[in-house]
Amino acid sequence: MGDILVLMEGIEKSFPGVHALSDCRFELRSGEIHALVGENGAGKSTLMKVLAGVYAKDAGRIVYKGQAVDIPNPRAAQHLGISMIHQELNLMPHLTVAQNIFIGREPRRRLRFLLDEDEINDRTQQLLDMLHLRLDPRAKVADLTVAKQQMVEIAKALSFNAEVLIMDEPTAALTESEIDELFRIIRQLREKGVGVVHISHRLEELKQISDRVTVMRDGRYIDTLRTQDVSIDRIISMMVGRTIYETAPEAPDNADREVVLEVKNLNRGNVIRDVSFTLKKGEILGFAGLMGAGRTEVARAIFGADPIDSGEVYVRGRRVHIHSPLDAVRHGIGYLSEDRKRYGLTLGMDVENNIALAAFNKFVGALGWVNRASVRQTARRLVDALSIRTPSLQQQVKNLSGGNQQKVVIGKWLTADTDILIFDEPTRGIDVGAKSEIYHLLNDLVRQGKSIIMISSELPEILRMSHRIIVMCEGRITGELSSAEATQEKIMTYATQRGGIMNAGASSHSPADPAQSRSA
Amino acid sequence: MEARVAQTQGRSLFRSDAVQKLMAFAGLIALFIVFSLSSPNFLTLNNIIGILLATAVNGVLALGATFVIIAAGIDLSVGTVMTFSAVMTGVFVVYWGLPIPLGIVGGILAGGLCGLVNGLVISRMKVPPFIATLGMLYATRGLSLVISGVKPIYFNDTPEFRDIAMGSVLGTLIPGLDIPNAVFILFGAAIVAGLILTRTVLGRYCFAIGSNEEATRLSGVNVDGWKAAVYALCGMFAGLGGVIMASRLNSAQPALGAGYELDAIAAVVIGGTSLRGGEGTVLGTIIGAFIISVLANGLRILSVPQEWQMVVTGAIVVLAVYADIIRRRQ
Repeated sequence: MGDILVLMEGIEKSFPGVHALSDCRFELRSGEIHALVGENGAGKSTLMKVLAGVYAKDAGRIVYKGQAVDIPNPRAAQHLGISMIHQELNLMPHLTVAQNIFIGREPRRRLRFLLDEDEINDRTQQLLDMLHLRLDPRAKVADLTVAKQQMVEIAKALSFNAEVLIMDEPTAALTESEIDELFRIIRQLREKGVGVVHISHRLEELKQISDRVTVMRDGRYIDTLRTQDVSIDRIISMMVGRTIYETAPEAPDNADREVVLEVKNLNRGNVIRDVSFTLKKGEILGFAGLMGAGRTEVARAIFGADPIDSGEVYVRGRRVHIHSPLDAVRHGIGYLSEDRKRYGLTLGMDVENNIALAAFNKFVGALGWVNRASVRQTARRLVDALSIRTPSLQQQVKNLSGGNQQKVVIGKWLTADTDILIFDEPTRGIDVGAKSEIYHLLNDLVRQGKSIIMISSELPEILRMSHRIIVMCEGRITGELSSAEATQEKIMTYATQRGGIMNAGASSHSPADPAQSRSA
Repeated sequence: MEARVAQTQGRSLFRSDAVQKLMAFAGLIALFIVFSLSSPNFLTLNNIIGILLATAVNGVLALGATFVIIAAGIDLSVGTVMTFSAVMTGVFVVYWGLPIPLGIVGGILAGGLCGLVNGLVISRMKVPPFIATLGMLYATRGLSLVISGVKPIYFNDTPEFRDIAMGSVLGTLIPGLDIPNAVFILFGAAIVAGLILTRTVLGRYCFAIGSNEEATRLSGVNVDGWKAAVYALCGMFAGLGGVIMASRLNSAQPALGAGYELDAIAAVVIGGTSLRGGEGTVLGTIIGAFIISVLANGLRILSVPQEWQMVVTGAIVVLAVYADIIRRRQ
């Protein structure tokens, strides 16, 4: 580790209604990989966006290479040598790889306003060669897989000759071999004296790559420690402010149970290819895979939200034709979207109306009047049953925490009497504490005879909750595992059975990475 | 989200521009064949020249609109800005007695100024493009009437002015082939537009902003400034359209121009430019403009009433976009 490169002190940032950062501190040395961890909403991304010029700070100071600096916009940050790869991919899908990398600083011809496309492509090729990435500079970004798009982002950030590289959850969509490749590049940068900030939820990964770790909680700085001196359990307890005990999965014997849902040869374009599976009564069927593997697409197709090209769906042995979500609800299928704020809730309405939303006809009396007493009674029962923490039934849903919002969505589908529930990323954006409540709730639901399909990108969650696991990759089912035989390695092997391999010259990766197997 | 973009658009996007252009071009050829077979009066030199001339103004307006639409914006004011520019050209040349070249430049710059105002209102004041340019539509319509005193301005003392669009340089070189200059102005403007779109920074940022505005901003591009430039460029094309219009009619008609913006947008859309932004070509727009002119001309020759021509044009616009949606869905 070298000299102090960046020092942030007393950083304050408020958004309307939220005090996002209070008195935050961060220190980055040259030639170190610095992990930044915390629960969702702890302020990690916000703090780094202040450093990258995306947000203006309300108070505090930033010292860069010994001098106090002002970073009003992303361009200023880039000039200083600070690059950030954002959590959401930030590419222009209609442009080529090279055009994306050089956006905003295109090499020009002698006439200043003319672009030098050859130069752009040549320099991109050199950059990609340096990083051992086998990508065509002329390929359109929309045609690349998510992992390759991620690599384009990294190449772009590095092309600024960055001295500070901030990566916000860079590995979320990558396969193991791609992560290895990324880490190789990051270590290479460390050798060159670059300071790397790595924001991630994968603590095992941080343990493996980082030199120091800074923990944040509720918009506050907690501590900075040398990674080798601290255990993962200790990091977690610093993140949540208490110790969380992970419980082992319960895996009841379900071999001879009734099949409630059977899907045969489902196809849609090249997103869903020949998908067949069964769901049994009282079972949690996990759907694992990488981002873009087609799991959400399968769920939406079954739910009638997207049209299918071919395929058959049987509910309790009877062939059904589901052309719309309304049909699906009639057959007792409920879908809880990964984006509950957009698709699951009407945020401006109160708790009781959200709970009644999918089954309003139950509460409608003569002449179309809504029986409000009955709505309230049902809502009260579910708020108690699901222990939704809300000051009142009339509270607007947008003011509830992520975990409680998710419970309201569950309550909504319970009201609609659906006994096949498809959960898409049920704990996304929910903090660790609320997560375990959701897990308990899912277990309760299957004990009551409901059947659950759970799509999740978090392997520990899949392993902990599922009775059976289906793994998808590029629209196909590539494997099925019982909970007894499933491990992170096996799932990842199935999840990466795809066509192209993107690392040129890189060593062939070993699926059994020691750090990964220890955590499994 | 991004994952789904990558998946559903996937490989199909790769040749999408080319395929759409091919479809539009095939449509244009088909129209030509149908009308030629239906009427002996269609495929004559005079009629073809008529079609070319009729496309000149709409084509130039559509070129400007192409930039805005690729950048995921919309400009409803191109028709009335065109009128405003024609009136201003009249003011410069007839009232002020400026030399014709200066009058032309003045007219184009007047259009560019309107576009710049659009761009600034959109990028600085964050007014949605639909509203900002709707406001400009009304404002320029009113200003044209106010400035001209609700009377046409005739270029009677400067007969050369009419030759800008209606003279034929080609006709003097090759007697008998009297294709008016307006047609060559259109093709010249198309080449310039094509170069700007594919070879310059401005064109690149049109695509980038239309494809993912936030990512472009985070890449350190001055998105607000470039947006204003895109609308200003669109205004300049509308200004050029105004000059051609004035020259063709040998007068600035202050009451003309409403409805032209819809023809321009229709041409852009038929030519395969996505209203969601991020894709589009100049060649597509030119083909789209010709489809609209050929359709109007052919239907008129077949004595289809003008009212029905509008119905057909409307159907074609919807069909063109629907065909594109079908193709994407595969």
